Amino acid sequence: MFEWLSTHRADISAVIILMLVAALATSIYFGLKDSHARRNDEVFGDPERTRGGWHWAVTGLSALMLIWFFFSWGMARAYFPSAANELCQVGKISEAMSPITARLPIGSRYYKSTTLVVRNSAQIDDLDVGLPEQVFNQTEQRSLRNVISQTRSVIAILSNPAQQDPETATQLAMVADDLDRLADRLRAGHDGLEPTAEALEQPRWGVESTEIPLLPITARGVLFDEVSAEVKTVAERFLKLRNFPPEAMGLIEKTMAEIAELKDAANNDTSWSESEQAERVKYVKAVERIFRRLDDGVIFPADALQGVNQGVENLYDAVGDAKGSLNVVDALFFPGEGVVKSRTICIEQGSARWLPKPTDVVAKFMKLANPDVENGGGYKGTTLLWVKWLPIADVVGFLIPDMLVDALPGGYGTHDSDGSFMPTYKDHLLSFAQGEVYLGSIPMLDGHIWDSLFRVIVAMGFGVLLGVPLGIYMGVSRFFKSFFDPLIELYRPVPPLAWAPLILTIFGIQDDGKIFLLFMVAFAIMVISARTGASGTQLSKIRASHSLGATNRQILRHVILPNALPEILTGVRIAIGVCWGTLVAAEMLAGTTGVGFIENVARTVSDYELIWVTILIMGLLGLMFDLIMRKVIDILIPWRGKG
Amino acid sequence: MSDLICSDLCMTFTNPQTGGKVEALKDINFSLKQGELLSVLGPSGCGKTTLLNMVAGFINPTSGQLELGGKRIESPGVERGMVFQQGALFEWLPVARNVDFGLRMKKMDAEESEALVEKWLNIVGLAGFGDTPTYQLSGGMQQRVALARCLVNDPDLILMDEPLGALDALTREKMQSLILELWKETGKTIIIITHSVEEALLLGERLFVMAPRPGRIYKEYNLPFAEQGLTNSLRDIKQQADFGKVREEILTMIWDMEEEIMGNV
Ligand SMILES: Nc1ncnc2c1ncn2[C@@H]1O[C@H](COP(=O)(O)OP(=O)(O)OP(=O)(O)O)[C@@H](O)[C@H]1O
Ligand SMILES: [Mg+2]
Repeated sequence: MFEWLSTHRADISAVIILMLVAALATSIYFGLKDSHARRNDEVFGDPERTRGGWHWAVTGLSALMLIWFFFSWGMARAYFPSAANELCQVGKISEAMSPITARLPIGSRYYKSTTLVVRNSAQIDDLDVGLPEQVFNQTEQRSLRNVISQTRSVIAILSNPAQQDPETATQLAMVADDLDRLADRLRAGHDGLEPTAEALEQPRWGVESTEIPLLPITARGVLFDEVSAEVKTVAERFLKLRNFPPEAMGLIEKTMAEIAELKDAANNDTSWSESEQAERVKYVKAVERIFRRLDDGVIFPADALQGVNQGVENLYDAVGDAKGSLNVVDALFFPGEGVVKSRTICIEQGSARWLPKPTDVVAKFMKLANPDVENGGGYKGTTLLWVKWLPIADVVGFLIPDMLVDALPGGYGTHDSDGSFMPTYKDHLLSFAQGEVYLGSIPMLDGHIWDSLFRVIVAMGFGVLLGVPLGIYMGVSRFFKSFFDPLIELYRPVPPLAWAPLILTIFGIQDDGKIFLLFMVAFAIMVISARTGASGTQLSKIRASHSLGATNRQILRHVILPNALPEILTGVRIAIGVCWGTLVAAEMLAGTTGVGFIENVARTVSDYELIWVTILIMGLLGLMFDLIMRKVIDILIPWRGKG
Repeated sequence: MSDLICSDLCMTFTNPQTGGKVEALKDINFSLKQGELLSVLGPSGCGKTTLLNMVAGFINPTSGQLELGGKRIESPGVERGMVFQQGALFEWLPVARNVDFGLRMKKMDAEESEALVEKWLNIVGLAGFGDTPTYQLSGGMQQRVALARCLVNDPDLILMDEPLGALDALTREKMQSLILELWKETGKTIIIITHSVEEALLLGERLFVMAPRPGRIYKEYNLPFAEQGLTNSLRDIKQQADFGKVREEILTMIWDMEEEIMGNV
């Protein structure tokens, strides 16, 4: 079943996308019709106007899903399953071509030769002007100026098409010809080409979390693939080409000898002071460095490269022609930089790189949700959300401290003189308190999600139990208000995560640290909301209950508490949301379970699918919390806003 | 006998920010016998609510004293029931739980209180509404719940601060009859504050017209209309010549006071 779903991901998304489009269209249609029908019988600003309207929710969700499918290339994969593979072959051509284009305006604005000539000339000018005459004698100065002017001449010769090495010229022409020939081949089409059996056996795009299959699986792809192989050899030949005009060779040799002589004099003439000698060596070395850049023959006259440049342009044109309909698919369905070939793989560049396809996310989620931890389910040895059998004894052992037994009268048993041991009642109680007596098991939830939920629920429980009474007292008592207000207001504005390192150090990375951190968050919110609720009690209600004979305690319990209930529940709703957000961040800091932990691991290994799965889990659980709270509020305080 | 005796009562409010003083009430002296029905009239801000709050024990006078049945009034108590302008009902409780609030607070036996609630809901004409949430009631019904809540506690003195102010004319008239009936049946002392001269005349066996700055009792009347209202229809009473005369007299009086206030400003 899972296998089947996995291999047919593309087809499944094709169907889903069609349904989404249909849902989007119909919901917009119904929404507009409904708004039109109700336009006249409702007053603007009436809260009742916001009731109903589920179709707009459908519109929003289906639009969001469609956008997701589009930018994750889910649509491309669904409807053009082989397009990415073909684009990968095109990517191979670009990759093969890149050594050539890097030297041409096509790939980098300027010819590489132009860049070199401009830079060297500028540096030579600088050296010429900055010759330190005080540290060189007359002859040396003359010699240096000579070297500089010869360097200029070398640049001039290398840049002159008329003086170009004839051998190189023919080679360049051949490269250009080869490129034209390849372009013609591309234009000739892919008739008669066939993908290899090996290529057809590759996993399809997206299955098994592989990226795009590398070998061509279509005839068009084969054409691109073969051309790319040839481009590669052409590029290699091109890279080996050097421009060594005969005139330049003589000049280079002569200059080299002069530089060597100058270097020798700079290094060995001891008549100069130490600092002067250092300056001499430095200058001569600078001259030499520039000259060295000219003698390896990578500077070509601009005109000489023109042919190759045109050849490349022609080839790219041909690639465009050969892509045909693929151009449209590429532009419309592959938002971002498209498929890029890099070393041994073809990767999705742009939004698709960090936005996994919805179906892939679901598949990943299924894998996580599989409770069979032994066979690849769950995550890092823990299920996502499942049931486990918890021995009651463990709970008892956790709840009853051993010290309680220690405090009972009597002593623990000792061994008798014959080596036997008769346990006293305290020994029995101790083994009970330590959870060693089997009492049966109860089913308990388990897994990453439960761990996260558990932390939030426990922290919220403590927060409400302690925060609400304190808040209510702060709402009615001068002492409580003035004593606790500064304390709470001092710690509350600190972002919870700022406490995290401290609390993790004090409590350790187990549950209690995180629970305490969340408790701090929940507590402050509960105190403030309960206080607001309590102090907002209408004076007349308080007075009425006084007149009806209620004592102060009774007023707190029967008037102020219910009066504060709407605020308290709103506080719970907010606190749960904030706790949830804080929890995930806290779990990212430390620990080995929880949704935040999964996200943290996913982050370190850049597993974008997993990251999105956890984001969705967090979002959905947060939404669930909020929906539950809304229902609870509706049920518990039907009088809200009607007092 | 639990008479209400008010001697040399003064109340001065001090604005904590500006330190300015307002003489809300100055040298109020009166006594109210058990079973008397007093209505209080006066322009806005003349200290009616302040007086009532002091009788209820919500605020303490700056000087002077109040006694009910020989006992000094220092704090709120069950023997003095209050009905507020806007019900002040507990909206989280249904009607019956609102009514028996006082009984529950003194931990009265459930059956006994059930019967009492039943009885009073009947009297105020809300039989069968026991389980209705109060926020689903109309304004007049809410006011009747407030009345029942106060009466079920069996107070000696009932204080009402514009209890009918927010009701429409028809409901208002019904409620006025109801109050008169209750007064007759229970024989309780009642103080009722109102803005409506007609209402004050109809309900007040005694009537105080108060004047502002400083708040004081400007004129006192003893009127026959409340007594008549127990037997005759209220509308007939309003047609009487006497009634019209007194009404015009008081209206002019209050009109002049209001004019003076406006002039002073
Ligand atoms: N808590 C208070 N602090 C300061 N001044 C107050 C306070 N309560 C009332 N006052 C002032 O005392 C005066 C009397 O107020 P009170 O509420 O008793 O008037 P009232 O007769 O009930 O008016 P209304 O008919 O508008 O209800 C007013 O001038 C008011 O500004
Ligand atoms: Mg008032």
